[in-house]
Amino acid sequence: MPQATLSDSSTGGATAAATDRPTNVLIVGVGGQGVIMVSKVMAALAQGAGFEVKQSEVHGMAKRGGAVFSHVRFGPKVYSPTIPRGQADVLLALEWAEGLRWLNHLNRESGTFIADVKRIVPPFACRNRADGAPLGYSRETPREVLSRVRLGYALNASGMAEKLGNPRVANTVLLGVLSTALDFPEEDWLAVIERFVPPKTVEVNLRAFREGRAWVARHGEVGLDEEVDFSPPQGLSEPPRRPQVHIERAWCKSCDICVKMCPERCLELDEKHIARMRAPERCTGCRLCEYLCPDFAIRVLRLPRDASGEEATA
Amino acid sequence: MQETRTETTRAAPREDVRPLMGNEAIARGAWEAGVEVASAYPGTPSTEILESLARYPAEQVSVEWAINEKVALDIAIGASFAGVRAFCSMKHVGLNVAADALMSFTYIGVNGGLVLTVCDDPGIHSSQNEQDTRLFARFAMVPCLEPSDAQEALEFTRLAFDLSEEFDTPVIVRSTTRLSHTRSQARVGERVEPPRRPFIHDPAKSVMIPAHARARHGRLLEREQKLRRHFAAEPFARVERGRADIGVITAGVPYTYVKEVLPDASVLKLGASWPLPERLLKEFAESVERLFVVEELEPVIEDELRKLGLAVEGKVWFPRTGELSPEIVRDGFVAAGVLEPPPAAEEALDIQPLVRPPVLCAGCPHMSTYNALRSLDVRVAGDIGCYTLAAIEPLQAIDTCVSMGSSIANAIGMARAGTADRPIVATIGDSTFLHAGIPPLIDAVYNGVNITVVILDNAITAMTGGQHHPGTGYGIRGNRTHKVSYEDICRAAGVQWVRTVDPYEYGSLLKTLREAVEYKGVAVVIANRPCVIDPVRITGPALRVEQESCIACQACMNLGCPALVWSDEWHEGHHKVRIDPSLCMGCTVCAQVCPTASIQPTQTD
Repeated sequence: MPQATLSDSSTGGATAAATDRPTNVLIVGVGGQGVIMVSKVMAALAQGAGFEVKQSEVHGMAKRGGAVFSHVRFGPKVYSPTIPRGQADVLLALEWAEGLRWLNHLNRESGTFIADVKRIVPPFACRNRADGAPLGYSRETPREVLSRVRLGYALNASGMAEKLGNPRVANTVLLGVLSTALDFPEEDWLAVIERFVPPKTVEVNLRAFREGRAWVARHGEVGLDEEVDFSPPQGLSEPPRRPQVHIERAWCKSCDICVKMCPERCLELDEKHIARMRAPERCTGCRLCEYLCPDFAIRVLRLPRDASGEEATA
Repeated sequence: MQETRTETTRAAPREDVRPLMGNEAIARGAWEAGVEVASAYPGTPSTEILESLARYPAEQVSVEWAINEKVALDIAIGASFAGVRAFCSMKHVGLNVAADALMSFTYIGVNGGLVLTVCDDPGIHSSQNEQDTRLFARFAMVPCLEPSDAQEALEFTRLAFDLSEEFDTPVIVRSTTRLSHTRSQARVGERVEPPRRPFIHDPAKSVMIPAHARARHGRLLEREQKLRRHFAAEPFARVERGRADIGVITAGVPYTYVKEVLPDASVLKLGASWPLPERLLKEFAESVERLFVVEELEPVIEDELRKLGLAVEGKVWFPRTGELSPEIVRDGFVAAGVLEPPPAAEEALDIQPLVRPPVLCAGCPHMSTYNALRSLDVRVAGDIGCYTLAAIEPLQAIDTCVSMGSSIANAIGMARAGTADRPIVATIGDSTFLHAGIPPLIDAVYNGVNITVVILDNAITAMTGGQHHPGTGYGIRGNRTHKVSYEDICRAAGVQWVRTVDPYEYGSLLKTLREAVEYKGVAVVIANRPCVIDPVRITGPALRVEQESCIACQACMNLGCPALVWSDEWHEGHHKVRIDPSLCMGCTVCAQVCPTASIQPTQTD
């Protein structure tokens, strides 16, 4: 459980400004969330304070919904553009599972973990077509994760941004939280944010920033919102079953719709051009063949896992 | 938040220090050097260089997207002949395309200075290989500068033009993904325009016929020797004295890793990684007890030291594949016994990282095309672009991907092999087709093979972030220009069967593809739908899935659209599907493949 308060974190924690060692802020999220923007604000702030700054990101594939990360390092002298593992003073995650991915980069003895609990479920988490397959998203709860770090905040920044009327300012809420972990005056943060956001959104961004700071003042002791639902995604209540495809040969007219449309390519036409199962072990029981067969020649049965014969069910 | 302004193009007051991305710094350096003609084909991580240059005034510098890297380099060469400073940029594999021109031009040398920036991709963040451009520099016998941060990127690029003219050679500035995409402070200067030179009529120098070329080859050797001596001094080489027992020779971004993990070692930092200053290398080697080389990818410096008979440790401790990092460099020095092992790591957290590979965008028109191809059970030769993502789950519809424009000729070869158990289809994006797809299409018709070519025309170079090309009708500065017609190109090549189809109309798409595959000869299908994010993000009313009638068949999920995710409801052991309204742009393809008509427009009151 994080015990440190706001004042603790601003004096004892992340900022290494007094020493020669650079301060390391790792900002992570998903393509399109504004990771690069947040890191630019961070870099501009540090540069304004007279530090040498390096900010490193890798883009290209990032736009495609992939994981995005940006290393920001500042201090009297900065060499490597990337933060060595275990040396991030702050890990700021715009998405929950991305925060978990990078947790081993955080210095867990002195670092601060800040994460939006927003879940962006990647299509890959929904790929397993097998009967009873669970969602492939991370199952760790914020409470578990916060118990593993010295100081951590898990908040629903996206929800707070929506309440402010602009979902895009979630990252500014997180900047507000970040500002409590680093030694820069609040006015400087506000000035940099004002410089970087579109003129029409200055007001809502500044409010979002203050909301973030206020959240730490309210929840800093425990590090998370009690009222937000953090339960992991639900699994299937019944045991998974085994599918079996039954083809009424006499009704098949060789249109091969089922062969072409089967996502697992389980079917083929035999030497008489009648549909048959070529790879029954790959069948997931999706019933697409059954639904698409124009002649009702296909039935898909769901058998208990241990049953073998077709007679076990109807 | 959204970004509103750019940092690169304001006029420079004294002591103007700006945070610049490596690529912006390279563009700035070229601009300050008075470059007048610049050309490139986009390619990660080099794309932003030309985009940054295009923000400088059109009266000062002509900036254009070229159709491919060879054309870009040839344009720069032409400008050099004509007496102005010329620049082109490309990713590492782009140099393979441009190599033909480079290998001759190195014999010719320059009139106006010519610099090419080549961005390598160690670690293969967004490429098909991780070749080392320094080997190309050695091969072409041209100097190769290697900056380690934005300041050096700016200065080295500017200096490269002077070098080019002084030594009568094209100059390569080698960047890497890490440098290109790291922002650090750089002190910027003013633009200095050197006087334009007249065209020099000198066929013995400029016309590479055998008699002339033989005479020029020997000059390359002399040039290389002169450059070796030149590169022994600042800013191309710098000795940082530290411990006498450990010496490290390094260049580029790996220099920063060495300084990070071994700050007290003696370091010879090379700013030019080809040709290498032999005498300085020897002197440095003799001044230290143990000599290390830390370099990314190939042992270029290390091999040179060995040729000089020097004892050196390099790739024995530091990997030859992948990108280096502070951790990897530290681990190398630990293994070499130079550094103490770091204190036993805290128990690593046993968190299984979420698999989140890049995906096609919600509404991407490529999804339906590949979904249809998959259902036709064809052999697909793929190409380079966003659509290569169709090789992975759930589309799994691409069988091969080699290099820019390979798909069509690969398909010809597959057909010629005579072993095909399925119809053979080549899929190629619009920009890739223009880049290197037209010659193989002509070849296919000329040699009369039986293949289908699908041109995925999304009217932009999408993968690299949305650059214009001759098929969009716009130039890099947003200027209107001629728009090529793919149908006309195909017909001119002799293709008899050409159809254009809208991939958002799944039924006609499937029917057209089926006819194309059944056609005997070269059939071309142009799947024409604009990219959903570039040049403008296309939005529309989101669809939704009616949970009562969804039978969880996953037919829509098989498109691989990121807007489609599982809902918390189940049906017969499978998750029902829901649509994320913040991502859905209303293309309706999922609704067209749904067997129960459960995907419907959202109610608008």
